[in-house]
Amino acid sequence: MTVMEKLVATDQPLLRVDGLTKRYGPRIGCADVTFDLYPGEVLGIVGESGSGKSTLLSCLAGHQRADLGRISYDGRDVLAMSETERRRLSRTDWAYVHQNPRDGLRMGVSAGGNVGERLMAVGARHYGQIRGKAVDWLGRVEIAVDRVDDRPSAFSGGMQQRLQIARNLVTGPRLVFMDEPTGGLDVSVQARLLDLLRGLVRDLGLSVIIVTHDLAVVRLLAHRLMVMKSGRVVEQGLTDQVLDDPQHAYTQLLVSSVLQA
Amino acid sequence: MLDAGSQAEAYNFAYLDEQTKRMIRRAILKGIAVPGYQVPFASREMPMPYGWGTGGVQVTAACLVPEDRLKVIDQGADDTTNAVSIRRFFQRTAGVAVTEATSEATVIQTRHRIPEVPLTAGQILVYQVPIPEPLRFLEPRETETRKMHELEEYGLMHVKLYEDIARHGQIATSYAYPVKVEGRYVMDPSPIPKFDNPKLAGNPAIQLFGAGREQRIYALPPWTKAVSLDFDDHPFETSKAPHDCDLCGAKDSYLDEVITDDAGGRMYVCSDTDFCAGRRARGMKGRLWAPEPEGVA
Repeated sequence: MTVMEKLVATDQPLLRVDGLTKRYGPRIGCADVTFDLYPGEVLGIVGESGSGKSTLLSCLAGHQRADLGRISYDGRDVLAMSETERRRLSRTDWAYVHQNPRDGLRMGVSAGGNVGERLMAVGARHYGQIRGKAVDWLGRVEIAVDRVDDRPSAFSGGMQQRLQIARNLVTGPRLVFMDEPTGGLDVSVQARLLDLLRGLVRDLGLSVIIVTHDLAVVRLLAHRLMVMKSGRVVEQGLTDQVLDDPQHAYTQLLVSSVLQA
Repeated sequence: MLDAGSQAEAYNFAYLDEQTKRMIRRAILKGIAVPGYQVPFASREMPMPYGWGTGGVQVTAACLVPEDRLKVIDQGADDTTNAVSIRRFFQRTAGVAVTEATSEATVIQTRHRIPEVPLTAGQILVYQVPIPEPLRFLEPRETETRKMHELEEYGLMHVKLYEDIARHGQIATSYAYPVKVEGRYVMDPSPIPKFDNPKLAGNPAIQLFGAGREQRIYALPPWTKAVSLDFDDHPFETSKAPHDCDLCGAKDSYLDEVITDDAGGRMYVCSDTDFCAGRRARGMKGRLWAPEPEGVA
């Protein structure tokens, strides 16, 4: 398996997070989160609403500023970077898949333009090549090529989500943040999307941090799992280990709350 | 400043008070120092509606001195309502000399055109700008567009051009065509036809842009580089109606199409009236030129 080979081949973490804390006034957003993410690894973050998982993700992605702690990406201190550098990073090496595709897409711009935007943002100036890449990526996320000039508003929810994924992956990022990527989709569409994501992650060797409250999603995608409660990480480990043999009381509750289909 | 000549006595020279002109001049100087950067200024209420050139008028008022000779153009023409009323406004409030000849003017206020006759050093061209932000229709948030200018994130500008090509097979933007100034700021050159875009660059005159409602002033100092954005495989091209002027026969001027009857009859005339009249005065004739201009135009 390519991921395992890569895991073995590199012993340097891609992302190191150390003691990350974010407070909203007296309240805790997330506190003292520490983990390493290796190239090709998928880390799932689960927890109930208000457990701080989205806060953590937005701090990691630079959408919010953390109060304490360190984030280093590929050996570089993310929090010490200038805004120019950080925004460049988030256009090239990083990607962010929003739960609601409308937040991550430009609804007034065609599908091709949406995919091409990141390319143009990093300096692509050849229309034919941009379009070629857009068409290629639409194919990879299973959107018919004749929809390339349609606007996302004419797409179904599942297609919009796949378009958002194509738009994010077109610049070949190494680290992808996903916030509930399957939220709001019906189960059959969810299954196809998960299938697609799993294939892309494996083929491209992406490192992914995926936030969800759906244990089935992490079971399918994630190699490692972090369980959060009240802003703190209460348990982390290999996905199967955490889900099959939960140690912390909250994790036990979480696992037992899921109906076995 | 002293009253100059026969201006209406109730007004300060060029209508605005000296402190306001000082504030506007400061914005202009900053704009010239940072070419293409939109400088905020405290735009005043002017005795004309927004959209009629309140920004341009304030910039002109701040630039005028009693020795100036003013020309005002509206879509290339010296004799349309907007041009006539602004010209009269400054005749009354500043008492400056006016002219229709591009080469004789020291200050030219323009709406939507750059004169055909090349400008010279020492002239000031003042544009009336409705929407100064080139990114506005792509990104509605002002905080975000400012950040994009700050960080030089102009990929979105190309998304617009991409959409043009995807939809129309070519870059269909034909006016207000964005330019990159000195490799830094992307600027909206006001709604001039893209035919005029090449004249923005390396122009010996000072070019000032005033947006009254949006309260922004920006500038191109003389001899500034201004590159029209494009794709490698869809390069920037100017466009004009594929005709000669029917009055003066000019082959290389920007043309207006005029419908002459209800049977499909039409003629093309230079949009720059001074340029056209100058050519006719030198004896050049177009297809429909008749000795009595009233009979044609």
